[in-house]
Amino acid sequence: MSEVAHVSHDDHHDDHGHHHKETFITKYIFSQDHKMISKQYLITGLIMGFIGIAMSLLFRMQLAWPGESFGIFEAVLGKWAPDGVMDADIYLALVTIHGTLMVFFVLTQGLSGTFSNLLIPLQIGARDMASGFMNMISYWMFFVSSVIMIISLFVEAGPAAAGWTIYPPLSALPMAQPGSGMGMTLWLVSMAIFIASSLLGSLNYIVTVINLRTKGMSMTRLPLTIWAFFVTAIIGVISFPVLLSAALLLIMDRSFGTSFFLSDIFIQGEVLHYQGGSPVLYEHLFWFLGHPEVYIVLIPALGITSEVMSTNARKPIFGYRAMVASILAIAFLSTIVWGHHMFISGMNPFLGSVFTFTTLLIAIPSAVKAFNYITTLWKGNLQLNPAMLFSIGLVSTFITGGLTGIILGDSTLDINVHDTYFVVAHFHLVMGISALYGMFAGIYHWFPKMFHGRMMNKNLGYVHFWITAVCAYGVFFPMHFVGMAGVPRRYYENTAFPMFDELTNVQVLMTVFAIIAGLAQLIFVYNFISSIFYGKKGPVNPWSSNTLEWTTPQEHIHGNWPGEIPHVYRWAYDYSKTYENGEYIIAGQDFVPQNVPLQENEEELNH
Amino acid sequence: MTALLTFTVLVLVAIAIWQMTKIFELSQTKTERAEIANDSDNKNNGYLLFAFLIFIYGITIFSFAKYYKMLLPEAASEHGGDYDQLMWVSFAIIFFVQTITQALLHYFGYKYRGEKGRKALFFADNDRLEFIWTIIPVIVLAGLILWGLYTWTNIMDINEDDDPLIVELYAQQFNWTARYGGDDNVLGEANVRLIDIANANVLGIDESDPNAEDDIIVKELHLPVGRKVNFKMRSQDVLHSAYMPHFRAQMNCVPGMITQFSFTPTITTEEMRLNPDVVDKVKRTNAIRAQKGDDPWEFDYILLCNKICGKSHYNMQMKIIVETEEEFNAWIAEQKTFKESVMVDEAEVETEEQVARTEGEADVESEESASEE
Repeated sequence: MSEVAHVSHDDHHDDHGHHHKETFITKYIFSQDHKMISKQYLITGLIMGFIGIAMSLLFRMQLAWPGESFGIFEAVLGKWAPDGVMDADIYLALVTIHGTLMVFFVLTQGLSGTFSNLLIPLQIGARDMASGFMNMISYWMFFVSSVIMIISLFVEAGPAAAGWTIYPPLSALPMAQPGSGMGMTLWLVSMAIFIASSLLGSLNYIVTVINLRTKGMSMTRLPLTIWAFFVTAIIGVISFPVLLSAALLLIMDRSFGTSFFLSDIFIQGEVLHYQGGSPVLYEHLFWFLGHPEVYIVLIPALGITSEVMSTNARKPIFGYRAMVASILAIAFLSTIVWGHHMFISGMNPFLGSVFTFTTLLIAIPSAVKAFNYITTLWKGNLQLNPAMLFSIGLVSTFITGGLTGIILGDSTLDINVHDTYFVVAHFHLVMGISALYGMFAGIYHWFPKMFHGRMMNKNLGYVHFWITAVCAYGVFFPMHFVGMAGVPRRYYENTAFPMFDELTNVQVLMTVFAIIAGLAQLIFVYNFISSIFYGKKGPVNPWSSNTLEWTTPQEHIHGNWPGEIPHVYRWAYDYSKTYENGEYIIAGQDFVPQNVPLQENEEELNH
Repeated sequence: MTALLTFTVLVLVAIAIWQMTKIFELSQTKTERAEIANDSDNKNNGYLLFAFLIFIYGITIFSFAKYYKMLLPEAASEHGGDYDQLMWVSFAIIFFVQTITQALLHYFGYKYRGEKGRKALFFADNDRLEFIWTIIPVIVLAGLILWGLYTWTNIMDINEDDDPLIVELYAQQFNWTARYGGDDNVLGEANVRLIDIANANVLGIDESDPNAEDDIIVKELHLPVGRKVNFKMRSQDVLHSAYMPHFRAQMNCVPGMITQFSFTPTITTEEMRLNPDVVDKVKRTNAIRAQKGDDPWEFDYILLCNKICGKSHYNMQMKIIVETEEEFNAWIAEQKTFKESVMVDEAEVETEEQVARTEGEADVESEESASEE
């Protein structure tokens, strides 16, 4: 369709020509090819997501029908659900592992591992990552940490159950909770490996973006996806090591008798020797990662949305420079707001004031992003593909969830809603659901690029989106009210407080929506798997997109482009660009790919 | 025979389904653009986006109509009024922004749904627009930040002015204990290393500290209305959080540390029970409880644990009673001091404890019996 796109391919000399023989093992298992690694990340992430979501359905059932006996509990939980009634310890374990899997394994490596690997080389015009070997190691460490995390579900005393934030002393003392024994050890080991994996991946992304951009691909011509992955990798490198140190110190407290986080503890009839440590120190270290982490989850989703929305709106993204600036501002601010998780932790209230100030500042770049997305839709020619709908859905939940952040970020208002369901509703909408939507948008959009031109079924995609969109609000909107009524999170059941009795109906409503939403994901799973094998092949550039990945052939080849790497002559958002007389730059085509040189009389009006 | 028939029917059904899917597949357009949104997809989903906007407004209105009454009643503390006011102003702003932005987002999605031949507007930048939507949040947030910080500083300024009542909240898996300073209103020194279960010194109070003698240890928190209370929180094992939602008060209890919070209760339990919102809530709740066969409930202020602390985290609570100064004084006069209950009757307690210990988990048992009083 796009005739001009082939201009740069004129001289076909093959400059990557190292065709080594590939065996099954080097191609599918220990692959160093970024496209294969991205698929490995995606599939591992989806499997972890399946487990994480299934767990959430189990504990949502317990919350809606407390103490009720369910055959499925007995079938899945075995000895932890005697007679089908869920045990209180396993409830906490489910909540903990659900959080861990979703935040780290699905939305960190599953999302950014998949799309950074797929898109960075393809969109900047590189043959592969800077270090294919390191990339492979990064994936396999992720795989090992996933396996260890899954193994931890099967240990005798149960998996880690101290909440995904694993605050000591609860997580440090096996006598405080059965999950703090072997289960917690495996959790910590798994996370330590996970962090190493994430660091190797991030360093690779950063180096690749800085060094391997094709000719003409200046930083200001990078698609916003790449900006997002690049900045995400930087915050990952800055903050993950701090979590590693927290994990290591906790391991030492647990196993070697040090007192970094523990002091003055009397438990089960005896005084422990720990003296002088502070759990608040752990909270600082954890949230120094933990808060940037929510942006590590969210920024790639926003990057994907920027790209998908602009392409499908057939319009340039509005305010490219402002979008880049706000990603940078969010990234910078995200590293100095961690204290808003600790307003009432016992730290100095003055620190709370400082963190309130920095936290509410984040609302400014976030608001700019939201308004820019809305303006991008204005006077567009919206191609409402499933990916586009998920992108619009992301903006919707990002706004709804982000606004309640104004309440939680305010130290005063946080006092009474801290650790209640209000928080759960807030972060699920703003980072959980939003990031999942970003991930789905990415999967629907780049599926043809991943699976040799095959496309996912759009009608199943529509059904998937609409059920999910309705149910996500159905679960999390009423949840704000539960929190405002004072119901704390991580309660096995709320029946011990008569003041919460009338809220059980709300819990039932939320659980019903959650179950429907969970079942709707099966439509996605079916669509995903069947499309891998039987999906219809689409055109080379199915969404009529400008970015370089669509100039590669549908069949994957090592080195991405058969000939020379295309050069870049313009930014990625020349959609519906016209001459002054109103004619499209390329007659009959409303987009101008990045590898098309500036035409005669064409003004480079962008950014 | 029946088995064969069933089998045949199943096979026929399977064939029918197979044929139907085949027909369905054949009827689909075979072009390579089949999985890309066409005009009718754009139209349908455009309308659905508009419907979704109505759904968002609908669920908002539904939730307010149905759940608003379930929220906490009016604040029962002095700073709680300021808290609620700031909350409502913040909510007004949030709902204003939410209503407008969701409308724009979904309406644009509906209005500009794709049509073949429509030309999108190449609109890449507009400094003035971006300036406007940067500066408006800046101004609004600056206001909220200043107001919030002013309130925060006031709430967290814990001082000894106005003769506050000093109360220690002591947390352990999975119950609360309160300790009053007694006649001198000064708490005796304490440390977990001094805990002596055998002598019922469960809070680890220093027996040599003269301030400790008149301390009063109870399992039910009584507070005089209108007098400032300074809470000193301690925990003996893991993190807990003392959450008193009706007073808009919360502070974590951290092992190895004494954390503080302060508020002045303004409404007695008796008065709160007469509050129309509370009366309605109690009525609704008791209707539900009657159905389930539970005992009727009477409103009480409550202290909850709000930091995950283990298996029974969901049931770690203490009743709070706010009463008049006279009622409070009468109540506290009835309580035994630390000296009376531990330092003098040591021998007596010891024998009691030994009995309890033979039943196992001496500490938990003794406290549970105390809380039932």
